[in-house]
Amino acid sequence: MSDGRRLDLRKTVNVFMLGLAGAATLLAIVPLVWILVYIVRQGAPALSLDFFTHLPTPVGVPGGGILNAIVGSALTVGIGLAVAAPVAVLAAIYVASHPNTAMGLGLRFATDVISGVPSIVMGIFAYTLIVLPQRHFSALAGGVALGFIMLPVITRTTEEMLRLVPTSLHEGSLALGATSWKTYLAVVLPAAGNGLLTGVMLAVARAAGEAAPMLFTAFGNPFLNTNVENPVATLPHTVFVYANSPYDDWRAKAWATALVLITLVLAFNVSARLLVWWRTRRLGTVTL
Amino acid sequence: MQPDRTLRWRSWSLGDLAKRVRPLWLHGDRLFWLLTVMAGLGILALVSGIGYELWVNSSLARRAFGWSFLLSSRWDPAIDQSFGALPFLQGTLITSAIALLVAVPVGVGAAVFLAELSPDWLRQPLGFLIELLAAVPSVVYGLWGLFAFIPVFLRPLAEALSRGAGFLPLFEGPVFGPSRLAAGLLLAIMILPIIAAVSRDVLRAIPVAQREAALALGATRWEVISQVLIPYGRSGLLGAVILGLGRALGETIAVTMVIGNNLDLTASLLHPGYTMASIIANEFTEATYDLYLHALIEIGLILFLVTLVVNLLARLLVWGVARRGPQEEARA
Repeated sequence: MSDGRRLDLRKTVNVFMLGLAGAATLLAIVPLVWILVYIVRQGAPALSLDFFTHLPTPVGVPGGGILNAIVGSALTVGIGLAVAAPVAVLAAIYVASHPNTAMGLGLRFATDVISGVPSIVMGIFAYTLIVLPQRHFSALAGGVALGFIMLPVITRTTEEMLRLVPTSLHEGSLALGATSWKTYLAVVLPAAGNGLLTGVMLAVARAAGEAAPMLFTAFGNPFLNTNVENPVATLPHTVFVYANSPYDDWRAKAWATALVLITLVLAFNVSARLLVWWRTRRLGTVTL
Repeated sequence: MQPDRTLRWRSWSLGDLAKRVRPLWLHGDRLFWLLTVMAGLGILALVSGIGYELWVNSSLARRAFGWSFLLSSRWDPAIDQSFGALPFLQGTLITSAIALLVAVPVGVGAAVFLAELSPDWLRQPLGFLIELLAAVPSVVYGLWGLFAFIPVFLRPLAEALSRGAGFLPLFEGPVFGPSRLAAGLLLAIMILPIIAAVSRDVLRAIPVAQREAALALGATRWEVISQVLIPYGRSGLLGAVILGLGRALGETIAVTMVIGNNLDLTASLLHPGYTMASIIANEFTEATYDLYLHALIEIGLILFLVTLVVNLLARLLVWGVARRGPQEEARA
């Protein structure tokens, strides 16, 4: 009898705790749904074609858009990519081909640790490297800060993708007499092709949303600028500035800009993950 | 005579050198591997470069205030140019602690569901949604926090806390919208996905035999989880939590938007505060003289060192468990 009671108690605790775990999962998803729905509802009314093709207007003047921020974001993310991608891919090749050496492990570890450095610290670093000596804010400084943020993302993803390439492909190429670097350029990297793309897209998604380091590197600019030596506005920075303003019109624009930003970021992120999914499935059949 | 001989000697020497070196570089492999090593060293140089630049560019503040920088609560750039980081250290600690208190149970609970309980068809979509939550930009969290989360959820909560528990120093004083509590709860939402995703990977990496052995002894599923899996993955789960902590400590824009930016050193969670990251975000471009700038960069240096140590620790813990796990994914 008392054994039966104990069993009942254990079963009740079991159901209760498993239910809590399920509730925790639901609770974790709620903010995502809330954020997405709210931003679409608040942001969509202010969207129009003009919003994408016009520069900001002064307060009180109707119309105006975020063309300057779109161009600035593209410019800084492009610079970041140019800084980070080559270094990241080369380093990933090193780590993937020396998995159990001290340097390989150390590098993997360093990459993981760098990805935890706050983006605002990366911003200060870019500030001391570029803004302080040049004595002015610039798209270049913003781009370099984003490059530092992208570096660990691309390195880690590329490395994982390189590991997925079957060793037999690598060895086949070497056995045919190809040199090591030709094997990587002509066989391994193409085989990991959209894996590279995945890393780049994840990095772009991350960097495009960074507002903190842009405050004192790219700085913001209400005019259209494509010169890397001048300050530029970026999408996340624009959201920040508009959200903190006291004007209703600007707040509406903050929502609309946030909608544009989150659409871009999630599009990049989702397609990157779809690529991984597709990739692992296809390579899975190759190795069979 | 003399110049002629020198020339001959030199050309012979260069030719010899070329002959010796050429085979090493013949197929370009040496060059290729040298490039990859240099890229690797570049990554290592980045870490030390950050430390060096922050150290050098905070020298004025370090010399002027020494260790008292950490203990002084006086932040007065305008009149007596005195700087102390205590309000920011306090704010960062409080908000991160709130974030962990809320995010750890929910995150680990979600991880348990994702790794152990979820039906197979639901596992991937749910994991995907949680990873999307990690991809939402900080500034979007801030905007949502400021205009939706605070008025709809936080204000009523804060008013209830103030009414019901206002006698505690933690909840005393008038209710503000933007506050340490707002920042802490927003941070909890932001670090939840990373805790959930890493904990899930840690749990998935535990050998199936562990579960089967416990089930064979008659344990319920909850007993398997609480008495076998969680103790087994203890250090990895701790790593996941510390990883979340690292993110909470350095989170900038969202916190700046909802914490209210106030220098008072009160204990109340309902009071506006300041964090290390948010003072940098707010005042960096306003630093009109070098000492001011150096004081802000010194806060950046503290933030860098703390997150570095926290991340080192977290990665060591997670690596120990999940390194040979079935699924290793790139974690941004």
